[in-house]
Amino acid sequence: MREIREALLREDYSLTDLVKHYQSKIAERSHLAAFREVFTDDSLERASEVQSKIKAGTAGKLAGMVLAIKDNICYRDHEVGAASKILEGFISPYHATIVERLLAEDVIIIGRTSCDEFAMGSSNENSAYGPVLNPLDEALVPGGSSGGSAAAVAAGMCLASLGSDTGGSIRQPASFCGLVGLKPTYGRVSRYGLLAYASSMDQIGPFASKSEDAALLLEVMAGKDSKDNTSSNHRVDEYSEEGKARTYELAYYKEIVEHPGLDPQLKADFLAQLEILRSQGHKVEELSFPYLNDLVPTYNVLSNAEASSNLSRYDGIRYGYRSENAGDIDTTYTKSRSEGFGPEVKRRIMLGTFVLSSGYYDAYYSKAQKVRRLIRDATINALSDCDFILSPTTPHSAFKIGDIQDPVQMYLEDIFTVQANLAGVPSVSIPKFKSASGMPIGLQITAGPFEEKKMLQFARSLED
Amino acid sequence: MEHLLKGKYEAVIGLEVHAQLITASKAFSSDKNEYGSSPNSNVSEISLGLPGTLPQFNGSVLGHAIKLGIACGCEIRHENRFDRKNYFYADLPKGYQITQDKGPICTGGKIHLKTSLGEKVVNLTRIHMEEDSGKSIHDQDPYNSLVDLNRAGVPLLEIVSEPDIRTGEEAYQYLTEVRKLVRYLEICDGNMEEGSMRCDANISVRLKDAPEYGRRVEVKNMNSIRNVQRAIEYEVGRHIELIEKGEEIKRETRSFDAIKGTTFGMRSKEMDNDYRFFPEPDLLPVLVNAEDIDRMKSRMPALPNELYAKYTKELGLSEYDAGVIIDSKEIALYFEDMIEHTKNYKAAANWLSGDVKSHLNKYGIDIAHFPIRSKWMAELITMIDEDKISYSLAAQKLFPAMIGEPKTSPFKLAVKLNLIQESDELALMELVDEALAAFPEKVEEYKNGKKGLIGLFMGEIMKKSKGKADPKKTNALLQEKLEA
Repeated sequence: MREIREALLREDYSLTDLVKHYQSKIAERSHLAAFREVFTDDSLERASEVQSKIKAGTAGKLAGMVLAIKDNICYRDHEVGAASKILEGFISPYHATIVERLLAEDVIIIGRTSCDEFAMGSSNENSAYGPVLNPLDEALVPGGSSGGSAAAVAAGMCLASLGSDTGGSIRQPASFCGLVGLKPTYGRVSRYGLLAYASSMDQIGPFASKSEDAALLLEVMAGKDSKDNTSSNHRVDEYSEEGKARTYELAYYKEIVEHPGLDPQLKADFLAQLEILRSQGHKVEELSFPYLNDLVPTYNVLSNAEASSNLSRYDGIRYGYRSENAGDIDTTYTKSRSEGFGPEVKRRIMLGTFVLSSGYYDAYYSKAQKVRRLIRDATINALSDCDFILSPTTPHSAFKIGDIQDPVQMYLEDIFTVQANLAGVPSVSIPKFKSASGMPIGLQITAGPFEEKKMLQFARSLED
Repeated sequence: MEHLLKGKYEAVIGLEVHAQLITASKAFSSDKNEYGSSPNSNVSEISLGLPGTLPQFNGSVLGHAIKLGIACGCEIRHENRFDRKNYFYADLPKGYQITQDKGPICTGGKIHLKTSLGEKVVNLTRIHMEEDSGKSIHDQDPYNSLVDLNRAGVPLLEIVSEPDIRTGEEAYQYLTEVRKLVRYLEICDGNMEEGSMRCDANISVRLKDAPEYGRRVEVKNMNSIRNVQRAIEYEVGRHIELIEKGEEIKRETRSFDAIKGTTFGMRSKEMDNDYRFFPEPDLLPVLVNAEDIDRMKSRMPALPNELYAKYTKELGLSEYDAGVIIDSKEIALYFEDMIEHTKNYKAAANWLSGDVKSHLNKYGIDIAHFPIRSKWMAELITMIDEDKISYSLAAQKLFPAMIGEPKTSPFKLAVKLNLIQESDELALMELVDEALAAFPEKVEEYKNGKKGLIGLFMGEIMKKSKGKADPKKTNALLQEKLEA
């Protein structure tokens, strides 16, 4: 971003040239299916507007930033569809709060990216519009659910992008695509205008090649929003400020390095990385986290419960898809929803409905809430004794499209990432490791609530 | 049926009242809360439940709930959470209603009422905050149901009573009291016809003194307090009849048909939704601290029961007069203003429950549209008390004139209309002499014992004076003259 800004000021090229460059990249590799829609004309229009602001010296902080947004973030007068058939043709009449804030700083939104339908998935194979391919190896998944956003940045189709992270949906694709992917503290970024999946965990966050760019985006997006009651009025720091070199107290979980699903090569690389950090003067401590195997089930019960309610509004009555076979009100619901939602979304709605049903509520929802509290307390506790918890972001590198058929196995892909969502703490994945075949894997850094500045400065210090 | 009920059976009734709150905006958005706007005009993306929207809590809803809680003597919850009640309907845009399931803002409390059998206390179970749904209209288009979402998100308080009510009359009085209360507090206009106050009744019948309740039926769609009473009376009769015949009462929801005065089954309870309540993740708990409650307590307006006690005990008004005055807050306030200017409370009450009320009824207006200011009504009373005008002239001439000319004080008006009572003895004597001179033989008859003739002389004097002669003084002078 810094280089681009300087180049624009030197007039090495114009913002229009830059947008056109990205557009041609998108067109060249359209088979990756990273984008649901490219805002071809209006991104060029915005480019010339922002260009003249740069000339006049009135441009905002993000002038020069060409951004893609996940297809679950509302951009006024543009379609938004969560990669679902049920929202086909729906145009948002309002801006998400973060879109408003980003536009005010002269960001250019180049298009909306594909994702797993309603952000439900870990491979981007659940899009109603087909899977997204990993630009680094097209036989592989880019990760999910924000796979399109990750692929777009990795393929050089934009400088940065936005995703949403409910159980790892930013960090996991960042790990698979070799990017920085940031999930902020719950409440750090307004959710107003983000199509809800699991309200108590959803957070919008950036993808970028450099943590400095991710930090800059967070700086603009973060802060209290009167339209989101759960947004925090905690002070917004200058996240993009480069910190002074210093040493930290780091921790990792024994259960994670001993996890049978962890790739042995990755395990060795991770432990070697810890040694490097030790040698740099950081303190590294091993901790125990007894709830590792409870994370995914707890997450599933709670996220599905919330999703079953959040997705009730897609009913074929007021907007979006209505079945041609709809007759009375009941068939309008049943047929529109049966035809409009994909199989994974339906599975989660049914599971969520089940765990909230009378007679099962206590055994599932209520119990999961209690376990969540234990997980949160244990996480916050651990983070009050150290600066960061480190782990590989994912147990392995990107897998082949179509390889994971069992949904339960797919859910376990989130095992290292969901903890931050259940605990509400910030977490970032930075590219650090490589698989035997050379595919990237991320290092995940998790910090205490609202410690994004420190976390991003540490991430920046680890960048090559 | 009535005799059966009195002897053998007992009805057990609990009421759920939904009161739409008077607020500028909706419960969870800044959309206008306004009755009667053109359909679907008070609807932003939030009321429409568009993708990505979130609720924003309107603090004035909390204030209204606390006021009602204080007025009913409820315990008020300090940490208020919201829950989602999930069900599908065309007028429910989000597919769930935001309500308070597990933790209502108010618990306990009571409503005092009077029935023909005496006083009664109905306990409250709870009062909670929630949002209204939109409105489905099934009878305006022959092919489609229409949906108006102006009402979607309008704040409601649901007031749930214990099953303490035994008769339709008690239900009538209970609702009258609740309506009076919300109107006094200015939190709801209490208009059942427009639906700003709605009531569902849970009714069961059991053998008198039986330990268990009978099977419960819920009755809906009663759009006036009177209809709630009618529906309950019908439904109780129906239950007794079924029990007497040895038939089973089905657990169901029934609807009241106001034209026939009967109820009919809508759906069985088995068909009811599983609402899958769970905590609303989009809203943080709303906190109420003890100071908030104390501050609101100190700002509470006088409540009808307090005024009633003051009027009957301190001011010596009859229960009837006190009842008429507290019936509406506006009349009570008018009365309060009047008695700032006159200590003749009884007369003030009489004027209000008599001439003023007849005038309001005649024109179908409320006291807010009554033209005479309270201070001048008090002055009118003082003029009568000071014998400046007779009561009958005041009622028949001056009061109507004041209504016609509300900008002139009653004294000026009485002078202008020449209504000031003649109490000057010389002038009255002259009138007495004239009257007696006109009927010499009647004077003779009077003297022979026909004392009733005094009325004839009085009448003549009143006619001559156009009613202005001070009746007391005239009477005394007449007697004096005739007995001499």
